[in-house]
Amino acid sequence: MRNSVIRISVFCAMSVLLASGAISAWAASTEADYKAAYSAAETANNEAGKLRNQWTTTVSALKDAKKAAEGGDFDKAVALSKHAEALAKASIFQSTEQKDAWKAMEIK
Amino acid sequence: MRATIRLAATGVTLAMLLLGAARASHAADSLNPPADAKAFQKFFTDKFPKVKLEDFVNGPYSMDEGLYKQWKEKEEFPPYEFALDAGRDLFAKPFKNGKSFADCFPNKGIGIRQNYPYFDEKRGKVITLEVAINECLESNGEKPFSYTKDDMASVTAYMAFTSRGKPFDIKIPNDPRALAAYENGKKYFYTRRGQLNFSCATCHVQSPGDHIRAEVLAPALGILNAMPIYRSEWGGMGTISRRFTSCNSQVRAVPLKPQDDEYRDLEYYLSYVSNGLPISGPGARP
Ligand code: HEC
Repeated sequence: MRNSVIRISVFCAMSVLLASGAISAWAASTEADYKAAYSAAETANNEAGKLRNQWTTTVSALKDAKKAAEGGDFDKAVALSKHAEALAKASIFQSTEQKDAWKAMEIK
Repeated sequence: MRATIRLAATGVTLAMLLLGAARASHAADSLNPPADAKAFQKFFTDKFPKVKLEDFVNGPYSMDEGLYKQWKEKEEFPPYEFALDAGRDLFAKPFKNGKSFADCFPNKGIGIRQNYPYFDEKRGKVITLEVAINECLESNGEKPFSYTKDDMASVTAYMAFTSRGKPFDIKIPNDPRALAAYENGKKYFYTRRGQLNFSCATCHVQSPGDHIRAEVLAPALGILNAMPIYRSEWGGMGTISRRFTSCNSQVRAVPLKPQDDEYRDLEYYLSYVSNGLPISGPGARP
């Protein structure tokens, strides 16, 4: 009897844990989310590199994202990856825009 | 200027980029380096009518009388003296094979700073003095110097010193690749980059004489004549490579590798438009 009570309560505790785990997985980011977000950011930053126009802020956001992921904080890691991707895309936009726009500043 | 920097620093980058796009004007292309140089020099002499043409080579010191006095005082006990001595020694010291720097350069390397960079038609590339120094080392079986400081700064300091007063005499040979390199350098100079969305010209054409943090911005005219420089903030000497990469980082742009093609072309352009202004290096900065 004692045993089964214990067993039941252990089971209950486990299912609560599992359930809360499931809920938080549903609400929060997983490692897979991070990997996808990070890879998208990296791709954009590599493209900026080909345009010879990476931003230091993109590089540090990527670094911070990696660190957060290593610490198991995938919410933060995903947010930072998305931030890095946005910065990388802005740098690509800048390069494209400056292809001709640089002439506006030239001393004539 | 201050307001611009503050605005940019808040990181509203995309909005600025969009504004820039709307403002862009597309002038017809015409490559005319002599006309560029004339317009460039006129821009600065018009903007600063009290500064003599040859004084633009003193960078921030040309922009402010108080600073100019400080500079005069500094020149009595110049902080680059140590590097200059080291450079003189390195320059004279034979390589392991018995040759020395003198064997790699015209006129044994004395009084020739004003001719660099030049366009090498054999290789189709701009050769800066820093590149020529490392090529000299490597072709004689020696290890190349780091481009940014220490030995490279010392040797370029010595070579500049033996050339003081000689006007920049950069040539663009009749070779479409040379003209393309020049144009590429010009483009690099005027192109906005980094999260702050600044070009070299934003600071050194539109705002020379303005203060940015504790520093006074140098005018782009004559901006390489005093290189290499001693800077208190660096606690030592820095080369052109060091200055270019650190100016890139300031606007939150990832610097290229020292002496990548863009930097070589940029140096070619900036030196060419300062033709006629005297070499004054090595320099000392606050
Ligand atoms: C955010 C403003 C800013 C931008 C953009 C900038 N610089 Fe500078 N630059 C500085 C400051 C500040 C200094 C140190 C004070 C001075 O000498 O002007 C400096 C110094 C220099 C010097 C040394 C001048 C001297 O006489 O000591 C050179 C050369 C130079 N910059 C080149 C460049 C080039 C080339 C670019 C573009 C790749 C560039 N800078 C972009 C701010 C800027």
